[in-house]
Amino acid sequence: MNEILLAVIIVSGIGLIIGVVLAVASIVMAVPTNEKVDAVRGELPGANCGACGYSGCRAYAKAIVAGEAEVNLCPVGGKDVAVKLGELMGVEVGDVEQKVAVVRCMGSKDNTERRFKYQGAHSCRSTTNLVGNLSSCVYGCMGLGDCIKVCPYGAIEVCNGVARVITENCRGCGMCTAACPKGLIALVPVKEQALVRCRNLHKGAMTRKDCSVGCIGCMKCVKVCEEGAIEIKNFVATVDPKKCSACGKCVAACPRGCLTPFIP
Amino acid sequence: MIKGLVAVFLAAILTENYVLAKFLGICPFLGVSKKLNTAVGMSAAVTFVMVLATAVTYPIFMYLLVPAGLDYLQTIVFILVIAGLVQLVEIVLKKYMRVLYRSLGIYLPLITTNCAVLGVTMLVIEKSGEGYGFLHALINALGAGIGFLLAMVMFAGVRGKLETADIPKSLKGLPITLVAASLVSLSFLGFAGLVDNMLGLA
Repeated sequence: MNEILLAVIIVSGIGLIIGVVLAVASIVMAVPTNEKVDAVRGELPGANCGACGYSGCRAYAKAIVAGEAEVNLCPVGGKDVAVKLGELMGVEVGDVEQKVAVVRCMGSKDNTERRFKYQGAHSCRSTTNLVGNLSSCVYGCMGLGDCIKVCPYGAIEVCNGVARVITENCRGCGMCTAACPKGLIALVPVKEQALVRCRNLHKGAMTRKDCSVGCIGCMKCVKVCEEGAIEIKNFVATVDPKKCSACGKCVAACPRGCLTPFIP
Repeated sequence: MIKGLVAVFLAAILTENYVLAKFLGICPFLGVSKKLNTAVGMSAAVTFVMVLATAVTYPIFMYLLVPAGLDYLQTIVFILVIAGLVQLVEIVLKKYMRVLYRSLGIYLPLITTNCAVLGVTMLVIEKSGEGYGFLHALINALGAGIGFLLAMVMFAGVRGKLETADIPKSLKGLPITLVAASLVSLSFLGFAGLVDNMLGLA
């Protein structure tokens, strides 16, 4: 009995001493932490994608608390996060525009021709430098998936040789826009609109040889658009999403089929 | 005396390396050896905890547990002391070496359950006897820590080479790391008998 008591006393005594030492140490060497940074960081999505312009969610949280950054810079969190951060910091939330990525190419295996059978590095960037493109269109999607590798949300897939953004999963961080060596991926506002899914800068006659749906710059869409939202530059049409009213007239007028309605 | 201490020190680093010869502390060995600077930081923290833990546990065992006839409490008391010391190291690192604290991450509290630390404190008790006292125990702990550092730094270098090597797909990641670890461990077998012969103790 006595021995058991002694064992209990010794172990709990040692525990007590260690506890006191630790308590004293934690008070003496306390690190002043800014709880607000942790709170702001907690509201951010934590993807560390860098779309806000800071080197990660923690860095952005620090910048917000320090008053150096607006609360509406996180495209991933969108409006919800911006509102929550605004409440936390007690500031007005500016305009938050949710965006998604779109791949502006329809040069699938059916619409373009394969120039050769490719076996090699599975990377758009290196293959671009090496051989230009796998398909007949030098401006088109290679389908080797550099964008898939950088997407933190698994929102991109390659379908029949062309990358495709799964809009429901896309949070608009913009990582893929920088990864695409052809510059085919763009961020567009989440709204119904017309979208030119082609970036072929060749003249019409050459574009016809490249791809069966490529934009030839025929001006038909420009003529039917009542909002003046479409312009042709470098032989390819682009739609200004701000002006587009999604009336669908240009889609009906396009003889090639690369002008498509975009419905998020 | 000095010869004996040098022998203990060198033996702890080379022939009885706690990671590569006794296979203790494999978790941080594999987990933190990806980068050289975190490997060195981790090893420094482990060395510190090893020496401090030995300095505290050895007197506790010799002058408290043995006289009271409570040898069997060895494990639990040692774990208690080591856990407390790791907490202390964590507080100190958080205050003075913020970057190291962040890069060590979860592995720092895991020193608590690092069997190398417990191994150093407990195996040295087994050895204690004629001519092997407190000072020997401390030197052994220091040697064990430096041995840990040696193993970590060597292995960080090996892993750096692995990064650029063309490895078969089925072996990528942890498998090739374990194979590499076993080869490094094998090379340490070559030190067997080195220390005793070098100092003329054999």
